[in-house]
Amino acid sequence: MSDHENQEQFEGLLSRYEPVIGLEVHCQLKTESKLFCSCKTQFGALANQNTCPVCLGLPGVLPFLNHQVVDYAIRMAIAIGATVREKSVFARKQYFYPDLPKGYQITQYDLPYCENGHLALNSGRVIPIERIHMEEDAGKSIHGDNASYVDLNRAGIPLLEIVSAPALRSPLEAHEYLRKLRAIVRYLDISDGNMEEGSIRCDANVSIRRRGVKELGVRTEIKNLNSFKNVERAITYEIIRQADLLDSGTAVKQVTLLFDAASGRTQVMRSKEDSPDYRYFPDPDLGLVQIDQARLEAVRATLTELPVQKAKRFHEVFGLTDADALQLTDEKELALFFEDVLSRVSPIVPAKIVANWILTEYLREHNNRQWTWPATIVTPESFAQLLRALCEGTLSGKMAKMVFDEMASTGANASEIIKLRGLLQINDADEIRAVVAQVVREHADQVALYLTGKQKVFGFLVGQVLRLSQGRFNPGMVNDCLKEAIHESSAKN
Amino acid sequence: MAAIDPTTLKASELAAAVNRGELRAGSVADHYLNRVETLHPLFNCHIHWDKAEVRNELEKQIDAIEVARYAKKYLPLAGVPISIKDNIMVEGQIAACASRLLAPHRAAYDATVIQKLKAAGALLIGRTNMDEFAMGSSNENSAFGPVHNPWNRRHVAGGSSGGSAAAVAGSLVPLALGSDTGGSIRQPASFCGVYGLKPTYGRVSRYGLVAFGSSLDQIGPLARNVEDLALLYDVLAGPDGRDSTASQRVPLPTQLALPSGNLKGLRVATIREFMGEGLDSEVRKSLESALETMRQLGAETVEVSLPHLAASIPVYYILATAEASSNLARFDGVRYGARSQKPGLNLKEMYLQTRSEGFGREVKQRIMLGTYVLSAGYYDAYYNRAARMREVIKREMEGVFEKEGVHVLVSPTAPTTAFELGQKTQDSLSMYLSDVYTLAANLAGIPAMSQPMGKDSKGLPIGLQLMGPSFAEERLLQVAYQFERHQPPMGVPDLIPSQL
Ligand SMILES: [Zn+2]
Repeated sequence: MSDHENQEQFEGLLSRYEPVIGLEVHCQLKTESKLFCSCKTQFGALANQNTCPVCLGLPGVLPFLNHQVVDYAIRMAIAIGATVREKSVFARKQYFYPDLPKGYQITQYDLPYCENGHLALNSGRVIPIERIHMEEDAGKSIHGDNASYVDLNRAGIPLLEIVSAPALRSPLEAHEYLRKLRAIVRYLDISDGNMEEGSIRCDANVSIRRRGVKELGVRTEIKNLNSFKNVERAITYEIIRQADLLDSGTAVKQVTLLFDAASGRTQVMRSKEDSPDYRYFPDPDLGLVQIDQARLEAVRATLTELPVQKAKRFHEVFGLTDADALQLTDEKELALFFEDVLSRVSPIVPAKIVANWILTEYLREHNNRQWTWPATIVTPESFAQLLRALCEGTLSGKMAKMVFDEMASTGANASEIIKLRGLLQINDADEIRAVVAQVVREHADQVALYLTGKQKVFGFLVGQVLRLSQGRFNPGMVNDCLKEAIHESSAKN
Repeated sequence: MAAIDPTTLKASELAAAVNRGELRAGSVADHYLNRVETLHPLFNCHIHWDKAEVRNELEKQIDAIEVARYAKKYLPLAGVPISIKDNIMVEGQIAACASRLLAPHRAAYDATVIQKLKAAGALLIGRTNMDEFAMGSSNENSAFGPVHNPWNRRHVAGGSSGGSAAAVAGSLVPLALGSDTGGSIRQPASFCGVYGLKPTYGRVSRYGLVAFGSSLDQIGPLARNVEDLALLYDVLAGPDGRDSTASQRVPLPTQLALPSGNLKGLRVATIREFMGEGLDSEVRKSLESALETMRQLGAETVEVSLPHLAASIPVYYILATAEASSNLARFDGVRYGARSQKPGLNLKEMYLQTRSEGFGREVKQRIMLGTYVLSAGYYDAYYNRAARMREVIKREMEGVFEKEGVHVLVSPTAPTTAFELGQKTQDSLSMYLSDVYTLAANLAGIPAMSQPMGKDSKGLPIGLQLMGPSFAEERLLQVAYQFERHQPPMGVPDLIPSQL
């Protein structure tokens, strides 16, 4: 079946069933040190290098709360307009696994630090965020050559678990929600927000119900979704699977599923009956987490603009369309790139042109060539040079695109390329007139045709002039000179 | 000057002599190591003990003490030998909690109290036997065999810090560290006729103490007199950035002597609920005469009622086992300790087998009990109710100090003197009842100590428990100091002849 047919079938399904989706997002915080010890959090260290007695869970050690984590957590709470609990509690979630050194994970359970936030989608729909809590990450098990190994570098790295209400209604909405969350943590500078490296991990709760029905269907939980694409794929697969079950009169079972990215399918990990009893209880080694109003305000004072606020400003101050403003602010670095370029070209180049060029030319190359931020191949200064040359009239639009292509492929500066290629637009009327005269002479037939009223021929003649100038003549001036020359020649005859 | 026998000196005198250069730390160490070598097999109070290894490890510390002396730097515990309970981390030394499971484990770091002891010039001369993971009241739950009471080898030393109490009682060391979750310093101190203090929860850092009941555990000192007890307590107490439950208050050095030299103005209260059933008549008599001594010293004695203390045994065994079941989860054979060597085990079987082989009966019993009270469907009925009840007990005890003007609560430390080895091992409940008077201080988090107040007709020591409001350690020590001065001396147990 083609993608198109698949799509149509899925939409048909959606007309009968309404998906109800909630996401649990685990976001690794990029604090200097771990949640309960002073070990470093940076990636790429040798196995078990970033460990100490505390995060190894050696006998006798005690956790000690890293307050930078709490400050980062507060930033997130403020960003989603949530309530921060004045006194929250760390609890132990208990289970046995080799990468869990203490036999329990320190997390927050019935008294999380943050509740009742929300996040608006581009459609204007507001998704409630039920809670956020702080917790420590587990280590990593590595299986191979007939043995298993444990790397505890990740053990104790701080996480925020962000739990949405089951308010998302399609795989696309889930994708958008996740992207927006990621944008927020990156704007707040509290996480790398990189799904592929695991700094954002996502579980999805999915159920469906017949359109018009109020009660929720039986939900399944999909674990291990490690890319935006897989979140969408897994949820779509699961909706179809559940719809097929219901259509054939079979009940959906409450199970935990694993998504297998290779096959694109979900498979049962465990049923509800097998779900472990984590025996949560308050961790006696840690007192209450106290966050008073003063601390909240102190963190609030350090916050910079969030995506929504930035988009609003781009729209109001720079006159960008809502769509452009939203797209530009979708990623923090993109918005910063825009602002950087704009500050270098203002007021010569209007904001709208900067936005257009970034959203079309720049983003296309950025995505095709898989550039990362911050921009190093095409720097803000180089891009600014290009746009200045365009608006000052030294480059035509077409030339500007040519120059940009070369900037993208070679990484050279716009001004260097313009100089090196002698690409400056020629505005010298005499030079243009000479070539125009030559074209008029060589294409006397076409000129005659034009004079009989065939307007189209004019374009051909302009093209000939530009071709001879290798695109460097100012097209407006070529127009004027050509008209002038044709009129002169007709007057002569 | 005649050679001083360091084993006859108080810790305070020993430290003074070493600081003055009248005694060399090295010779103190040798004296004591010889004594431990001769005597500890009698009582089994030290475990993993190897004289040569200990002596070798002491070299560095002995040098450091010499250096300090030349620099005229006074070290409060210069050259004072001390034994450490086997659940406290000393870098490089075995720390097994007297468990088969942890027998191969050597500590990777020093506990905060150990750092303090080393900095104070103490000589760490051995690790003391204990009930496995501090779970027990007789020191019979040790994978390394029971400790014998120095006053009578057929009797238990008490627990769980039985090795520490016996080592101090037998003058194998002047000082020892214990830990107290429900009476584990005070009850063996009582059984062995020595002094033991459980500080206020949070007064001494728990960093480096293998957790049993994290909300109840405290490390504390054992000694043969109040002065030495206070000396060691002063070294141990204080804030610690590695323990978030440690108090930030900086303690002042304890002043033992009261200007009046008596107990005038002191309101001492007995607890009605502790004077009833189960209390041995000789112990009761001893308490009554202790009260009389206090009255003679000018104290006013009253009786208070703390009705909710009746719940302290169930509340304690629910909370302590719940926390223990979680704290002991890390002993799974994955990273350290004795992993089961049975071939062909999968992961789950390895966990089960390692823990089945490694833990003793009492530890397993408590892990199961603790797991049960935290389980879905039982949490509210057990853990939650017990946690609420604990608050009631805590407020009730605080109320006695705050509203009724009581300065010190007194009781026997234990309902009986040391019982015979094997007498209670088949009956958990009667064993648990030997902690009936000590649990309340852990539940309330308040300081409590035990000091000798006499002997029974069998010549076994009887302990007096003093309890005070939070951070009133100094008051307890002052009262104990006055009382000690008006008590006939305990004497020393007759260690060698009759008992062999
Ligand atoms: Zn660490």
